[in-house]
Amino acid sequence: MQCLAELPIGSIGEMVRIFDNNLEQKLLEMGCTPGENFKVIRKAPFGGPVAILISSYILSIRREDAKSIEVIELRNE
Amino acid sequence: MSNQVFKIALAGNPNSGKTTLFNALTGLKQKVGNYPGITVEKKLGTIRFSDDYEAIAIDLPGTYSLFPKSIDEEVAQQILCNKDNSDYPDITLVVADASNLRRTIFLLTQIIDLKMNVVLALNMVDIATKKGLIVDVNLLSKKLGIPVVAINARKGKGIEVLKKTLINSLDRSPDYPFLDVGKLFKGAIKKANIIRNVENNYASFMALCKQKLSGELENRCALNQLCKSEDIIPERAQAKETVNRYSLIDKLVKETVKQGEPIGKYMITRRLDDLLIHPFYGYIIFLLILFVIFQVVFSLATYPMDLIDGLFVDIQMFVAQTLPKGLLNDLVVNGILAGLGGILIFVPQIAFLFAFIAFLEDTGYMARVSFITDKLLRNVGLNGRSIIPLLSGAACAVPAIMSTRTISSWKERIITILVTPLMSCSARLPVYTLIIALIIPAEDYFGFNLQGIVMMSFYMIGFISAILVALLLKYIIKSKEYSYYIMEMPSYKIPDWKTVGYTIYEKVKIFLFDAGKIIIAVSIVLWFMSSFSPGDNFEKIEQKWKGHENAEFNINADKLEASYAGIIGKMIEPAIKPLGFDWKIGISLITSFAAREVFVGTMSTIYSVGDSNVKSIQTRLSELKNPDTGEAFFTPAVGISLMLFYAFAMQCMTTIVIVYRETNHWKWPFIQFIYMGFLAYVSSLIAYQLLS
Ligand SMILES: Nc1nc2c(ncn2[C@@H]2O[C@H](COP(=O)(O)OP(=O)(O)O)[C@@H](O)[C@H]2O)c(=O)[nH]1
Ligand SMILES: [Mg+2]
Repeated sequence: MQCLAELPIGSIGEMVRIFDNNLEQKLLEMGCTPGENFKVIRKAPFGGPVAILISSYILSIRREDAKSIEVIELRNE
Repeated sequence: MSNQVFKIALAGNPNSGKTTLFNALTGLKQKVGNYPGITVEKKLGTIRFSDDYEAIAIDLPGTYSLFPKSIDEEVAQQILCNKDNSDYPDITLVVADASNLRRTIFLLTQIIDLKMNVVLALNMVDIATKKGLIVDVNLLSKKLGIPVVAINARKGKGIEVLKKTLINSLDRSPDYPFLDVGKLFKGAIKKANIIRNVENNYASFMALCKQKLSGELENRCALNQLCKSEDIIPERAQAKETVNRYSLIDKLVKETVKQGEPIGKYMITRRLDDLLIHPFYGYIIFLLILFVIFQVVFSLATYPMDLIDGLFVDIQMFVAQTLPKGLLNDLVVNGILAGLGGILIFVPQIAFLFAFIAFLEDTGYMARVSFITDKLLRNVGLNGRSIIPLLSGAACAVPAIMSTRTISSWKERIITILVTPLMSCSARLPVYTLIIALIIPAEDYFGFNLQGIVMMSFYMIGFISAILVALLLKYIIKSKEYSYYIMEMPSYKIPDWKTVGYTIYEKVKIFLFDAGKIIIAVSIVLWFMSSFSPGDNFEKIEQKWKGHENAEFNINADKLEASYAGIIGKMIEPAIKPLGFDWKIGISLITSFAAREVFVGTMSTIYSVGDSNVKSIQTRLSELKNPDTGEAFFTPAVGISLMLFYAFAMQCMTTIVIVYRETNHWKWPFIQFIYMGFLAYVSSLIAYQLLS
């Protein structure tokens, strides 16, 4: 299983599922539905948040929370 | 006269342009307050359509969904879902970002499903065009079954059409739901409707999933039972509904939006981010920006402040000479005018600071600050957006605390508000300067000026104690909110100067009118305390000094001693004696509650008693002898103890009032006053006992 926190900058991935209930609802509402593609575009220094490009906007999520987001890496640009 | 007033609520995602549209629709006819009991800002305005039609517009807090995750979002949910709410709108105007249609339509369809009368303002069409997105407005309107108007809120395009559409939609009744939850969860919704005694599938679905929502209290048990009997797990049901809604939205977006070639240079966001969130330059740039803000609020603001100060001195002199001598004269000059001047003096700093903050927010930079500082600051219970209030606190806590509105987490915001007054503000400067000059020799140590080092240490004490207290509060304050940081990073925009102007105007207005009233009242109380005395003590004093040279100094000093402030000062003497303070300092502690720098003036009045020569306050204090020991009264022990007291104590009524205004509760300024007073007392006590 791969999680969002592991993907390097530049990877393109697909959302699979989110393990934390509250986090899941919030992310679903913001458009991170299963099957949706995204791209990892930034990672903040010192283990700070990750930023992904998803349905044409930039979303930032804490690195710890990104560990409970299961994804599939499609390719890396 | 058939004046008809109806209500319009503006709803939408954060950054969709709600506030810009609100300003465009209402102009300066706005009123900003708080929702009862909480700190969420409530913005009301009036839209004039014609002589016959007027509407009250309400700018709801930005939200991504109707299922609330924060206090802000709960406000929006409460107003839209509850027909009995006094703010329940006749029309809900949803503002959507056309360049981000998929996510932004989510909230829209939820509102449609609540059977509300909805009009969609499709905003930021200019950005969508640059991205190469072409939205078929007519088709969108047909598919959704609601009026859709394309606008550019910033340039004011499409506003007139929107107004007409609003008027024409007044009597529309909603057609059909976008997603029928009644079909998705067949039996359960019908039964929930019966329990809640309404015919609204989506509202009942929400009540079923979020039984903790206020307004559903009496049905909570029955709904809970229903969930069990129908095998509904609220979280799963909600996730299922969201996924279903998005799949319908994806279909709709595919039909109504065409992706063409991007035109223009919307790559700019990426280039700027390369620099602004760079692991090294990102922080350097942030520090530079902080430095500039600090310089401007601290130094540049002093020019208009001196101007206001001078102006008020002139006015006070003029009034003092024009009005007949007596009580009224004194009340107007030293009570009301002094209080008014004391309020207006804050305006330049507030205006300058909010010019910066509005600018940084509007460009989209603040979201980046949060991004690069989140990890570092969260460790001490603060937030990326706490940095600017904290730093501005070194100039003045009042605008700093007003600027904490941008911190979205309630807990982090409260912590920031509670610790900001610990930063050494500019009103402490005259106090420190006076005392340092008295007790620290102007010598150089290893090439550094000793007085400068002490001054600097006191700035450090302020900063370090703010961080430590924040760390402590992180474990004490409990929060019901989810502490997720899931944030959109908006694309960079050239700031809209109108928005910046509105923000400054609004903040100054709030300060002058909301806080000003209380501050004037307290000023008058303080004036009363130092100008009145029980019985005929004042007459006796005037008798006593009649004919003496320099009678005025002595009369003033004796009167202050005999006044209510003097009586309290003497009363608290036993309590402050262990800190090395006498009753004269006690009086100064009380009067400087109006503003810390008043300390210097009071000290100079009160110590002038019995002295027939005009001297500077500094010489006077340095010549002072301790009656018990016969040595200098202002020993280093007393001086350091006094400075520590000023470093920690909440000696500023304006800050107290503004904390009340910003937290909407007297509890917080009270807690702050107590904990800061405790710190002040204990640190002064320890310092004095160790040093003397
Ligand atoms: N290009 C463009 N920018 C807009 C438009 N409407 C608003 N903005 C900008 O979008 C940003 C967010 O707007 P704001 O009204 O604060 O959004 P709110 O969070 O929904 O209240 C600001 O920088 C506005 O100047 C528009 O139609 N076109
Ligand atoms: Mg807004």
